[in-house]
Amino acid sequence: MIEWAIAASVTLVAAAGLYLASSRDVVSISVGLALLGSAVNLFVFAAGRIGQAAPPLIAPGAAAPLAAVANPVPQALVLTAIVIGFAFACFGIALALALAAHDSRADADALEQAEPPPRPDGEPGEIP
Amino acid sequence: MNGVLVAAPVLVPLLTAALTVALARRPRRQRAASAVGALLLLLCCAALLYGSIGGIVLTARFGEWAAPFAIAFRIDRAAALMLTVNAVLAVAVLVYPSRGGALATPFGPPLAHGLLAGAGGAYATADLFNLYVWFEVMLIAALGLIVAGRKPAHLEAGLKYLVLNLFGTVLLLAAVTGLYGLTGQLNYEALGRALAGRGDDPLALLLGALLLVALLIKAGAFPFLFWLPAAYPVLPVPVLALFTALTTKVGAYALLRVLYEVFPAGAPAYAQALGWIACATMVAGVMGAVYHYDLRRILAFHSVSQMGYILLAAALGGVAGIAAALFFSIHHILVKANLYLIAGMIASKGGHHDLRRIGALARSDPMLAVLFALSAAALVGIPPLSGFWAKLLVLREGFGQERYLWMALALLTSGLTLLSMAKIWIEAFWKPHPTPPTEPPAAHPPGAWAACGMLSLLALAMGLMPGPLIDFLYAAAGTIAPPLAKVSP
Repeated sequence: MIEWAIAASVTLVAAAGLYLASSRDVVSISVGLALLGSAVNLFVFAAGRIGQAAPPLIAPGAAAPLAAVANPVPQALVLTAIVIGFAFACFGIALALALAAHDSRADADALEQAEPPPRPDGEPGEIP
Repeated sequence: MNGVLVAAPVLVPLLTAALTVALARRPRRQRAASAVGALLLLLCCAALLYGSIGGIVLTARFGEWAAPFAIAFRIDRAAALMLTVNAVLAVAVLVYPSRGGALATPFGPPLAHGLLAGAGGAYATADLFNLYVWFEVMLIAALGLIVAGRKPAHLEAGLKYLVLNLFGTVLLLAAVTGLYGLTGQLNYEALGRALAGRGDDPLALLLGALLLVALLIKAGAFPFLFWLPAAYPVLPVPVLALFTALTTKVGAYALLRVLYEVFPAGAPAYAQALGWIACATMVAGVMGAVYHYDLRRILAFHSVSQMGYILLAAALGGVAGIAAALFFSIHHILVKANLYLIAGMIASKGGHHDLRRIGALARSDPMLAVLFALSAAALVGIPPLSGFWAKLLVLREGFGQERYLWMALALLTSGLTLLSMAKIWIEAFWKPHPTPPTEPPAAHPPGAWAACGMLSLLALAMGLMPGPLIDFLYAAAGTIAPPLAKVSP
């Protein structure tokens, strides 16, 4: 049951992230990518087996835990991924806001300074 | 001690980055520290290369954990050679004087060394999640270098670079942990064993494909190439030279490792798709180069096109294909970085990056003309320069595998490369200057000649004496390629 709930949340958050990331507003794009990252973080967490909260104890003399315990490796991985994702979300949103400060429309289609469009006569545009 | 040396490709740039941050208020000392750090890195990488020559694989497992559980660095011949080439390039770029531009700001040297640390980690690591982390380190350092220029065009380039690359790393993370969920392994070797018999498992194939798509985004392949020509044309040339070695090539190298070391059972399933993606990359890139007139834009589209050749060699596979991909990567790093640096000299002499605004450089700067002609001919693949051998290795293997259509597209791309290089030659060097300058422009600083001369000599040596390098790369490819391909000639 909990597996389906997690699968549904991953799908929902990823869909929301993709929707925002494909919009034309640069701030929405950055937020969308951060959401997509969160969806993947949830997926990473789920890769470590989901089940009851059994203590990870190994009986004396035994080589493996008594019950099916959660795998700690994905928990370590997801911590790394969350930290990295948070840094990129901050950077992306700061970048989008800096762009919006230069051009109040903040429209992805209007970003033409680094890639000037062709001139009216069809010749390639010139980068100043 | 061994472990310290194996970690040196990461440790040295990280320590240099920290030192250059501390010296941020003293530009001259900062530059000196940065250059010393690059030289030390070159020394360590050369030591690693020397240590790996006999086929010895240097391994370090961090935290003293047992074999499949520890995060491991493993440096074999291929990794050591790529690391050394990177370090050579870092020295050349840091010798090249940057008047203005990102590398001249206080943030420049720490970020450049951060990029080197990320690339070093990605080459050295033998752990898939660790690979993801190094890609993120590279990405944030590259973004810092892009936006350090602070103009709106740089911010825009940064956003375009960020969006596609971040999407790529998110896919990479999903694929890596998906594979972990499937096999319980992250180490390349352990993953290779766990995935050995699963060449027809749809879930394994799907996760493998996701991983390859993520790495293709990093490598700038069609149809994910748009971050590259969007960002490159507004950046200063030393940064471009650094990027050409440290971003897309690392993606291609990781792709080779994943395809032939982690999931060789699935490689035949991907070869066809990868080959066509490579062909589309070659053709799309060179078309952009033929159309544009801005030097940096032309060269950026060429970078895409040449990535196509490397991916084509990777798709052909086997020892010969892997060796060809590695040879092509090294050739491209040296020649292309050199061309970016030369483009910077052309622009400083001619006064503009746009070919329509400059001219007559063959008369005013004959030495530069010779340097450019040499590098351009090497990129096109005129014998006996390095590009000729690089393309010959790809074509020989392609014709051997009877991939005639792919090879026809590769030859067509070569022709169009010649066309666009001839365009630069005619426009920048041959035609009269449209608005002749009243006063002669300043002479090039000695550092620029030193950097371009060093890279030219290395590329020339690679072209005139390709034998030892090819032998070395065949031996290196033998350790990456699956055992099956080792047996068949």
